Order: sequence, then structure tokens, then C-alpha cells
Amino acid sequence: MDWSQSLRLIAPEETLSVASLVLLLVAAWGGDKAAKLISVLAVAALVAAGILVAPALCGGAMGAETSAFFGQYRADAFASYAKILIYLSAAVSLVVAPAYFDRFKAMRAEYPVLVLLASIGMGMMVSATDLLTLYIGLEMNSLAAYVLAAFLRTDGRSAEAGLKYFVLGALASGILLFGMSLTYGFAGTTSFAGISASMAQGLSNGALFGIVFVFAGLAFKISAVPFHMWTPDVYEGAPTPVTTLFATAPKVAAMALTMRVAIEAFGDQAAAWQQIVVFAALASIVVGALGAIGQTNIKRLMAYSSINNVGFMLVGLAVATPQGVSAMLFYLAIYVAMSAGGFAVILMMKDADGNPVEELAKMAGLSRTRPGLALALAMVMFSLAGIPPMFGFWGKFLVFKAAVDGGMIALAAIGFAASVIGAFYYLKVVKVVYFDEPADVVKGESDVWHKLILVLSCVFISPLGFLLTKWLGHLSETAAAALYSGL
Amino acid sequence: MSGFPILSLMLLVPLAAALACLYLDAKSARTVALLATLANLALGVVLWLNFDVGGAQWQFQERHELFSGFSYALGIDGIALLLIELSVFLMPICIGASWNSIEKRVGEYMAAFLLVETLMIGVFAAQDLFLFYMFFEAGLIPMYLIIGIWGGADRIYASYKFFLYTLLGSVLMLVAMLWMVHTAGTTFIPTLMTYDFDPQVQTWLWLAFFASFAVKMPMWPVHTWLPAAHVQAPTAGSVILAGVLLKMGGYGFIRFSLPMFPEASAYFAPLVWGLSMAAVVITSLIALVQDDMKKLIAYSSVAHMAVVTIGLFAFNPQGLEGSMLVMLSHGLVSGALFLCVGIIYDRLHTREISRYGGLAINMPRYALFFLLFTMASIGLPGTSGFVGEFLSLGGIYQASSWTALICTTGIILGAAYMLYLYRRVVFGDQKNADAAAMADLDLREYLMVIPLGLAVLWMGVYPESFIAPMRADIAALDARLARAKPEGDAKLAMGKEKPAHEEAAAHEGAH
Repeated sequence: MDWSQSLRLIAPEETLSVASLVLLLVAAWGGDKAAKLISVLAVAALVAAGILVAPALCGGAMGAETSAFFGQYRADAFASYAKILIYLSAAVSLVVAPAYFDRFKAMRAEYPVLVLLASIGMGMMVSATDLLTLYIGLEMNSLAAYVLAAFLRTDGRSAEAGLKYFVLGALASGILLFGMSLTYGFAGTTSFAGISASMAQGLSNGALFGIVFVFAGLAFKISAVPFHMWTPDVYEGAPTPVTTLFATAPKVAAMALTMRVAIEAFGDQAAAWQQIVVFAALASIVVGALGAIGQTNIKRLMAYSSINNVGFMLVGLAVATPQGVSAMLFYLAIYVAMSAGGFAVILMMKDADGNPVEELAKMAGLSRTRPGLALALAMVMFSLAGIPPMFGFWGKFLVFKAAVDGGMIALAAIGFAASVIGAFYYLKVVKVVYFDEPADVVKGESDVWHKLILVLSCVFISPLGFLLTKWLGHLSETAAAALYSGL
Repeated sequence: MSGFPILSLMLLVPLAAALACLYLDAKSARTVALLATLANLALGVVLWLNFDVGGAQWQFQERHELFSGFSYALGIDGIALLLIELSVFLMPICIGASWNSIEKRVGEYMAAFLLVETLMIGVFAAQDLFLFYMFFEAGLIPMYLIIGIWGGADRIYASYKFFLYTLLGSVLMLVAMLWMVHTAGTTFIPTLMTYDFDPQVQTWLWLAFFASFAVKMPMWPVHTWLPAAHVQAPTAGSVILAGVLLKMGGYGFIRFSLPMFPEASAYFAPLVWGLSMAAVVITSLIALVQDDMKKLIAYSSVAHMAVVTIGLFAFNPQGLEGSMLVMLSHGLVSGALFLCVGIIYDRLHTREISRYGGLAINMPRYALFFLLFTMASIGLPGTSGFVGEFLSLGGIYQASSWTALICTTGIILGAAYMLYLYRRVVFGDQKNADAAAMADLDLREYLMVIPLGLAVLWMGVYPESFIAPMRADIAALDARLARAKPEGDAKLAMGKEKPAHEEAAAHEGAH
């Protein structure tokens, strides 16, 4: 293990770091006029980073040769899988941004740079194999995200969202740090491999507390119940392109991070955290479903929907088998597409003056005035609800299959039954859009980039997506195998 | 014909037409939908003609490993063949029924119906467990939209009820399916049909499947979504709901519950009998007091479906064949009855029975067809209803004579509510001027009711055409069930032939 190999392994992060610093300089001299150019270059940097991580995923990289900086960092197939999803989500949030911010004359040059910085942090999160790397990555992402949430400086709700996100995020980081310090105190090391080796000897009460606090902190980041309260407010208040980012990339990063911590660091004591995850999974499914029923704002509804979906993904983690991890990874890919499609629809709903329409009541009868948009929204909703033949079904199918194969039949049965509650509010959206008399508010022209994102994600979540099951299934299994190879 | 993917083609034709309809104006959407369903009917005829009766159990098989975890496997036996024929036969009639009555969003309406057709054929043709589940569940989406967009006043409540009720049933079934695949290691239905699951576990699996199929069927007491959905659905929606979608429950029992879990089926047979007895009596009595024609027929559907379930759980060939015939017959007859209601609803826009009366005077031809279908619903010999009900009840008599006794009252009650309905609508005085002024059937309506009437008579007079394709499959199922067959209370025994002189003496004594 020498420095040159370590530096080679972090090539994607280097690319993004250099790109973000250069673009920051361009922004400093070019001003807001250069914002679109910077966006294009930022997307190019993300694509380049994606190309750099792809070989590790396709080649199924795993084991010692993927470990960099003396075991602090790992660039294996698992990290690559998550990074590709993260870079893709970040690119989507960059592509959809200009049309939205132009309306408020708020397309500033810092936006793409902040997204890039957040992506670097998220990349570090999924590659971290040491508690300190983990924390640095997490904070790097979070600090950029706090600013992004408050990006519409003139909008009170955006500022409120930024502040809320910051205060609660800082609290979560504190809890996480507390858990990490306990773990360090009882395991004597911050590296995942060391923690795992120490815990294989047995679990002391202090270390158990450490595990509980680490999971609590991570549950904040993935917005699992009971640490989900910030999600609807932040989703609603943040500018929609930023919400698109929040709903996708940080979810992938935090979920992948949780998987790595749970399996690589605490894998030997799975029984200690499985019940926490089972509870968080079922509670998220139920609270996400019940909370969404009363919502009148579509962005808040999507927030509860994300809580609900996180619950389903956690079912895969609760099983703690390679099959469960691979199911979660597959689910994440579908979830990113569903969220991107859903927020693309929200971005495209504008009234005659071009103001965004977020109230459910104003979307009534959309199918009569904008049939294509309504069809896309219905597809996203049925897919989120997991009704076949939409591709969203496959994500749920895989995690519950993993649960049944792992012997957790009761969890699968209760989780599936609770998914029926969730179906109710997705149906409500379809009902408003298809059954109600037209409110005829949505009239604005749609941006071509929004259309492109929407069409791509709708093709992916349509039944055609099932043709990808072999290929994507293979990739997610490779990634899961890489995660388990570290043990 | 071997090698030609006719089943895939039958799935593809309505699907392609559905996509086309989304982009067409009202007039061309109607035409495209009609042409597509007629093309599928023609394919259905080809399918039947090429079906080798007495040949291999599974025919027209197709298999492609397109997906991970499950495969695209199609194939039919005689049971599936008949249900596919029923679907393709009813579809053009449904399109015809909505020709004029649907005025808003015609393209989307036709697309939804064509999608339903694809999914129904998929359900009956799927040979892979998960492929079956996807078709089975996916049908919820278009039916939800059909009820919710084009239904009547209370449509939104009805659509929610329909969707959530059936979804809850199905997700439990999915968990059971996952377990079965985990244990048996295959998703191929014909293999699963001969796999012996542990009888202990069968109980749970059976209950999970029952949760889904009982709701779809629907069995009492989980039938309450049906009247709500029927009353609010447009005529064609009711026809397809009663005609084919309800058959998915019965098909599920005959394809999954019985062959895959024979021991559990026998164990739970008394439960099914009890629910069926309750259903026959209770829903028939409810039907008797309805003021709404569609509700009345909807409740009668529940009663008829109960006759299907007792036949299925009679564990003998008569019962199984009878229940299949009741399903086919009910598909035709209840579809035709909903159509008859739709015909007068289109003219007067009310389903209130008391608003009609004396239609025999101004609509004699309509009255004739309505009478035919009423009689078929009652089960008059010579119509399709008789054959199925007779076999089904004959089958259950061997297993449980009490069940047979109580369920047979359904025939009497059925005659009561159907004749009462017919009397109030068609006979009597012409109470309302607007009802008296209604015109008789037009050409479009003739084209819909005549094929239905002929099919009902055909099945009533020569049921062998319909029994022959499924005879071998029913026999195979009966053989599979033999090991778990509950002992009947009929104690049927062949009587000893009396010596000839004794018989003669007895005759003399009578003189």
C-alpha cells in the first residue's frame, strides 16, 4: 500500500475537488452570468467522475487492493455503485436548476459548486471505512446542503428550511459523534475492521450504547422514524431543484453509509442492531404512510413518501444478508428514478404566470388539461406505491423476498400489509389528477430539460424497466458481494 | 401452429391498440378498440381450433428468460383456454356497450379497457408465479381508473374500496408466494402444482391465498366492494367486472389453492362451505329487496360465485366441472344482464326499478332477450345456468348433503328475485310516460345481445363443447386431490341389483 495507489483509488474525488475549486474561481471572476456555463462544466465533472468509478463496479472490485490510506477509505464495487447513483442524482439536480432559479433571478454561480462539494462529501461517505473519514464526508455533504436548502435568500420558507436543516442536522451529527466516541472508547479503534474484530470478542454495554447512538445519528440522515421530523419542512421549504437533490443523492449516500457501518463495523453483532432496524423500518413505513394522508402540498407528500420508502429499504438491512443488501441497492436505483421523475413533474407544474404549483387542490383535473404530465405523475405514484407492473414494485419485491428468504416472514407480512396504507395517499394523488373537475391552474410552459428528465425516468419506471432486472441485479449483487468481502 | 407465439400476440394486440388509443380522437379510438378486440376474438377462435383436446396438458407454451427472478413463461391448459375464450368473447361486446354512452375521454377509456383485456389474458396464460402476480395485480390500475373516472355518483368511494380491498388481499398472497418459491426453488406453476408442501405450512399458505382470492371472488363477508364497484362502474365496466374479473378468484382456487395445497384445502373445506352457504342465503335475500337493478344483479353474482366455491371444494369431478361451467355461464349471463340494464339505462338514465314497468309493451324484443338471460340466471334447463349449477350441487351433495340442501335454496331464492325484478321492469302497467316512450333495440344492441343469447343456449343444450377441453385437466386435479379428499356424508353405495322375480312380484303387489 503506497501513496500513489491510494491517490489512484480516489481519482473521482480528486477530479471533483479540482473541478469544484476551479469552478469556484470561475464563479468569483465570472459572476452569476457564468452560472450556466459552470453548471455545464459541473455536470461534465460529475460525468467524468462517474466514468472513473464505473470500472470498479463492472469489474467487481473488492478486497484489500481497493483499500486506500491505510484502511481509512475503500473504493470497491459497493462504493462505486452508490457513487454512480449519487453523481447521477447530483447531475439531475444541476440540469433542472436553471429553469427554476431563472424565474426568481436566483441562478447564482455558487449553486453548481455547492452541489459538487456535496457530491464529494457523499462520495467520501460511501467509501469511508473509518469513523473519522465517515464524519468528515458527512459534514462536508451537510455543510453544503445547509447552504443549498437556504439558497433562495429572499424566500422566507427557504431560509427557514436551511435553518431547520442546520439545527437538526447539527444535533444529529452530535448524536452520531457521541455514538462514535463511545464505540471508539470501547473498541479502541476507529477503523471498521478494528471495530469488527473487537466486537467479535463480545459486546459490552458501552459498545452497545455506541451502536444505538450511531444508528440514531444515521437514522436522522436517512430520515427514518422516529428521527424524520425535519424532512417534510425541509422538502417543502427548500427550492425544488434542491429538494430533488435532497430526495435522491444524500439518501443514497446515507443509506449506503448505514449499510457499510452496519455490516462492516457491527456485522458480528447483527442481533444487537437488527431489532432497531426492524423497528425503524416498520415505523417508517407506517408513519410515512399515515403522515402523508393529510398533506395538501405535493412536496410535503413526497417527503412522507420518502420516509415510507426508506422504511421499505430498511427491511433489506434488517435481514442482514448479502441478498438483503443487494435488494436495497436495487431499490435505491429505482427510488432515485422515481424521485427524479416525481420532482420533475412538480417542477413542470406552473401556473399561467410561471409560478410553481405545489398545492394538490390546484392540480385537480390535470389529466384533462395536461394529459401527458398527468400520465407521468400517475406512473410515478403507482410506482411509488409498488403496484405492478410499474418498476417500483420490483424494489419492494426484492427486499421482501430477501426478508422471506432470510426467515423474517412476519416482518415481510406486516410490511407488505402496511404498504396498503401507503397506497391510499398515492391513490389520492391519482384521484385528484384524474377524477376531479379541472381546476385549470397548471398552464405554464415546461422546460425542455425537465421534460427530458421526466421522460427518461418514466421509461425506467415503466414495465420496460423489468428488462433491466438481469443487468442491474447483477450489478447490485456484485456491489453487495464487495461489501461482504471486507468481513 | 406449434412455435407460433399466439398467446404473446393476444397480449400484444390489445396492448398496442391501447397505446394507440391514448393518442386518437374519440371516433377513431372507438374503431381501433373494436377492431383490436375483434382481432383478438379471431385469435381466440384460432386458439380454440388449434387446442388439442386430449393432447398435452400444457399447450402453446412460450418461455423466455427475460428477467432475473422470474421468467416470461406462457402456456394454457383447458381451464385457462375456456376463461381466455370468455374474455375475448366479452371484450368486443364491452366496447360496443360503451360506443355511445361514453362521451368524455373516449381514448383513455378504450385504452383502459384494452389494457384490462391484456392483463386478463395474461393472468390466465401466465405459467410463472410472479408473472401471474404481476398481471393479477396490474389489473387494479385500469379498473380503478375506469370506476373512478367514468363511474356514477359515488364513484370515488367505490374506486378506493375496490383498490384497497383487493390490494390487501393480494399482498398477503405475495408473501406466501415468496415463501413457496424459497422452499420449492422454482417459479414455474406446473412444477409447483405437483410440489408437495408440508401440510403444516400449507395451512398458512392456503390462508394467504384465500385472503386474495376470496376478496376477488368475492365471498361473503368480504364481498362488500362488489356492489359498490358495480353500481358506480359504467355498463361495460360492470360486464367485464362480473364477466371476467370475478373469475380470477375462481381460477386462483382451481390453479393454486386446490392443487398446491390439497391437505389445507380439505382442512378448510368446511369453512368454505359455511361461507358459501351464508353467501347464498344472505346475498339472495339482500338481492330480493334491492331497488337498484345493478345492485340486485351484483348481489346475485355473489350468490352465484358461492355456488362456484362449493363446487370447487366438493373434491370430485362433478363439482369441479360444475364450478367451471358456472363461472363460464355466469360470465355470459351476468354480463348479459348488466348489458340489459345498460340498454335501458342509456335511454332513461336511472337504474331505479320503480321508474320502469310494462316494457313488454313498447320494447317486446328487448323483453324477449331479457327473459332469456333472466331464465339463464335462474338456471332453467336448456340454458347455460342449469348445467353448471346442477353439476356443482350434485358434486357437493356427495361431500355434504346439508351444504347441498342450503345452497339449493339459492336456486329458489334466485328464481324469486330474478322473476320479481323481471315482473317489475317488463310486465305490469306502463307507469311512467318516459319509460313507455322508449324505443326497442337498435342494430348495435342486437349485435351485442344475439351472440350472448346464442352462447347461453349453446352451453345449455350442448355443454360437451365446453367440458371436453377441460376434462383431462379436471381429472388430473381430481387425482391430485384424491389423497386429501374429505369423507362425504352421502355414503353413496351402489345398490345390489334385485333378482328379477322379486321385482316382478313387487310390481304385481302394486297393482
